[in-house]
Amino acid sequence: MRPEPLLEVKHLKKYYELKKGWFSPKQQVKAVDDVSFTVYRGETYGLVGESGCGKSTTGRAILRLQEANAGEIWFAGENVARLPYERMRRLRRRMQMVFQDPYASLNPKKTILQILTEPLRVHGLYSPDERVKKASEILKIVGLSDYHLHSYPHEFSGGQRQRIGIAKAVILQPDLIVADEPVSALDVSIQSQVINLLLQLQREFHLTYIFISHDLGVVRHITDRVGVMYLGKLVEQAQTEKLFQEPKHPYTQALLSAVPITHPDDTRERIILSGDVPSPLDPPQGCTFHPRCPACMEVCRTEKPPVVDLGEHIVACHLYV
Amino acid sequence: MGNRSPILEVRQLQTHFRSGHGVVKAVNGVDLTVYAGETVGLVGESGCGKSVTSLSVMGLLPKPAAAIVGGTIHFAGRDITHLPEKQMRKLRGNEMSMIFQEPMTSLNPVFTIGQQMAEPLRQHTSLTKRQIREKMVEMLQSVGIPRAGQIIDEYPHQLSGGMRQRVMISLAMLCQPKLLIADEPTTALDVTIQAQILQLMKEIKQKQQMAMLLITHDLGVVAEMCDRVVVMYGGQVVESAEVRTIFDQPRHPYTQGLLASMPNANERKGELKAIPGSVPRPDEVGQGCTFAPRCSQAMERCRHDRPPLVALPRQSCRCWLYAGEEETALEEVAHAT
Amino acid sequence: MNQSTLTEAAVNPRPAPLSRKREPAWRTYMRRLVKSPTGLAGFLIIFVVVILGIFGPWLAPYDPNQAEFAKKLLPPLTDGHLLGTDQLGRDIFSRLIHGTSVSLIIGSCTVLFAGLIGTILGVVAGYFRGWADIIIMRIVDVKLSFPFILLVLVINAVIGAGLQNIIISLVFAGWIVYARVVRSEVLALREKEFILSCVATGVPRWEIIVKHIVPNLFTPIIVLSSLQIATYIIAEASISFLGFGVQPPQPAWGNMLSEGKDYIFSAWWLITFPGVAIVMTALGVNLFGDWLRDVLDPELKGH
Repeated sequence: MRPEPLLEVKHLKKYYELKKGWFSPKQQVKAVDDVSFTVYRGETYGLVGESGCGKSTTGRAILRLQEANAGEIWFAGENVARLPYERMRRLRRRMQMVFQDPYASLNPKKTILQILTEPLRVHGLYSPDERVKKASEILKIVGLSDYHLHSYPHEFSGGQRQRIGIAKAVILQPDLIVADEPVSALDVSIQSQVINLLLQLQREFHLTYIFISHDLGVVRHITDRVGVMYLGKLVEQAQTEKLFQEPKHPYTQALLSAVPITHPDDTRERIILSGDVPSPLDPPQGCTFHPRCPACMEVCRTEKPPVVDLGEHIVACHLYV
Repeated sequence: MGNRSPILEVRQLQTHFRSGHGVVKAVNGVDLTVYAGETVGLVGESGCGKSVTSLSVMGLLPKPAAAIVGGTIHFAGRDITHLPEKQMRKLRGNEMSMIFQEPMTSLNPVFTIGQQMAEPLRQHTSLTKRQIREKMVEMLQSVGIPRAGQIIDEYPHQLSGGMRQRVMISLAMLCQPKLLIADEPTTALDVTIQAQILQLMKEIKQKQQMAMLLITHDLGVVAEMCDRVVVMYGGQVVESAEVRTIFDQPRHPYTQGLLASMPNANERKGELKAIPGSVPRPDEVGQGCTFAPRCSQAMERCRHDRPPLVALPRQSCRCWLYAGEEETALEEVAHAT
Repeated sequence: MNQSTLTEAAVNPRPAPLSRKREPAWRTYMRRLVKSPTGLAGFLIIFVVVILGIFGPWLAPYDPNQAEFAKKLLPPLTDGHLLGTDQLGRDIFSRLIHGTSVSLIIGSCTVLFAGLIGTILGVVAGYFRGWADIIIMRIVDVKLSFPFILLVLVINAVIGAGLQNIIISLVFAGWIVYARVVRSEVLALREKEFILSCVATGVPRWEIIVKHIVPNLFTPIIVLSSLQIATYIIAEASISFLGFGVQPPQPAWGNMLSEGKDYIFSAWWLITFPGVAIVMTALGVNLFGDWLRDVLDPELKGH
């Protein structure tokens, strides 16, 4: 009994061109390289990976905050990637974003009231008085009170600002929220508050999340399905519990084993990867993970791995052909 | 570990910052002991005073804004609380070293790796140029840097974050210090790189028999690395114990809250046990217990009187809940104002 | 069911300001101006200059153009001449007062129009990039390869002398400074998360520019303007000196400065007082500009 797909990303590509000089050849960074996945209504889809793997770029490309070079993004029956500016702008009411840095994502020169009513105003929703009422309602829902309405962002702590950032996204009652590392910048004791808020809002407003994070503990807690990215490619995707219990891709296995233990008596078979993530400017031939892979075979050096479907568990690796 | 000698002994340390708005008591009476060969974790959130404590120990406080106004710091039996900068410099990088969170900012971008590594060797040893170079290559290889001979002539920006942190570690290890202070050494790194670096630090510690003070907010890193843990909140030590005790029987409500809020301690998709409220800024710590405004077990007394560090059988804990159980009070209640 | 954690966060907020009772904005500003010594000093200087500019003709003790050769080059405080007389025996104090309006009009009009044009073009270039950016910045580059004053002179040579034409030529040469500064600010701003957040919210483009980008440009523009105003007042002097500017005998601080420079060793007061007037005005604008910048920044409010 699968709910309907809300968002379908097909063969998404985002390349950056780097020009070094007039005569040297142009270099290409494949930030997102042929990524496809589907997000179903009401679920939380996690995108995990290490810095530079393209997970944030993917999130921003879905919302057209960065223009993709190729690929389709189907949302509500329309290919978002092809939508003209004004129609895209109107569609934004239904797809919102929560940013990582609560210090940078709120305009320092606006009051909370201005910040929260702006989304309603630009989409022509409600009368001015009702907007103020909505703003104060949402502020209460996220755990602040309306006596904060006339304050400026700098008067709040990081956790409170993130609550405001979330309120700004939720006030439009969107279908989809892309949350890009929403708790990474917060203190440990504040992170759990914000995670609770996200879970509560999801139940209350039937939200669908794309949850982008490098923190595997949080991802395991909050998501239903997870996609693992490495060097611009989706290397594995499965239901969260399945992925954490039986990771298939050697990279996922190493990634999960690298997470610090949670109790001093825990023992964990740790796969220590050698070397660093290669430069995306010059990705390795064949499977991009092969230079660090403990299970590297001859074929991995030359041929790109196929995407293998193991029954709701997708993995891009030669091992499972 | 009782019979081992303490390498670092901090007693009642008070470090204050002067700013335009008055005095900020960033560190307000911290006790901390690191014995030879052990790893002590200093845990806390932003603004709890953990970094200021380490800077006080290293004599790296930003002067004249910050100053140690009370307490003592003994290093290897010697009082270094107010050691002149010149002697402090001899100590730093020789007998105690430090690595920081962001290796890029602690390496000078205009000098090659080799030039920066040679500096402490020239200052603290009397090796020839050739010997210095050999020693540097050897050190870089020992921290797992490939093509060490070439890397010596490269600049910091040419290295990745993990490589830079390795360089920082080898830099810290050059003179075989007795104590390594690591301030969030893996926070800026990816998980797989973090695993590499933690592994490396463990190995080095074992080989060199040195003590380590590990400053972090990550309880996972603590579980992984530490023998003992000191938890700080609002400029004070709120709990200190052996690492297993902290994880199995935390007594302070703050420590309990931190452990309970870790996602894996909770049912998946369920509500996390959260500590309400926000982390106090160092300048807004009032009277009474610093944690009282966020504490679910706070009593009337907690809001007015600052609790003493109570010595319990397996740990010490700054909380009125245990005031009756104490065996010997470690300090007077009155010191805090 | 999990309201508890959320409401607890509300019960326990950081000491936030009580919701403000609205008082008229100008009173808030006046109250804060009185509290800031430098801001107040700047305001007073500007106030005096503006009053002199408007009411100068009625306040001046002498006719500024009345030459009396018998009384030429009198030092200050002699014979009823507060600041002395110039090489033609005209009262320097009266000429200064009469010149105020010219300098004031040139300075403020040029800053206003050059700032407006430069800001608009800078925003367009910085926000939309693409062809608009390339064309605007090429024009800027070409103009920058000309010395500022040469450009102004060429324009004046073509369109003729006079107050209005000076302003036109100064604006024509001056907007590039604004365009460059504004463009680089906008380039940095558009990558900021709060601007991305506006895009994600669905704020229309023009509104992002007008409501989110432009208010964040106030600081650099005000700082730049307070410096530019002095530049323009002095530029008027150079142009007037070369015969394209304010025509003698009409007094302006600039042409007083250039006429007086021949006497710099024999009669210091000829050049000193117009110089002081220019410096004081620039200082006043600077001090007031600094204060204004702080007032407009909510993060600095109350400090």
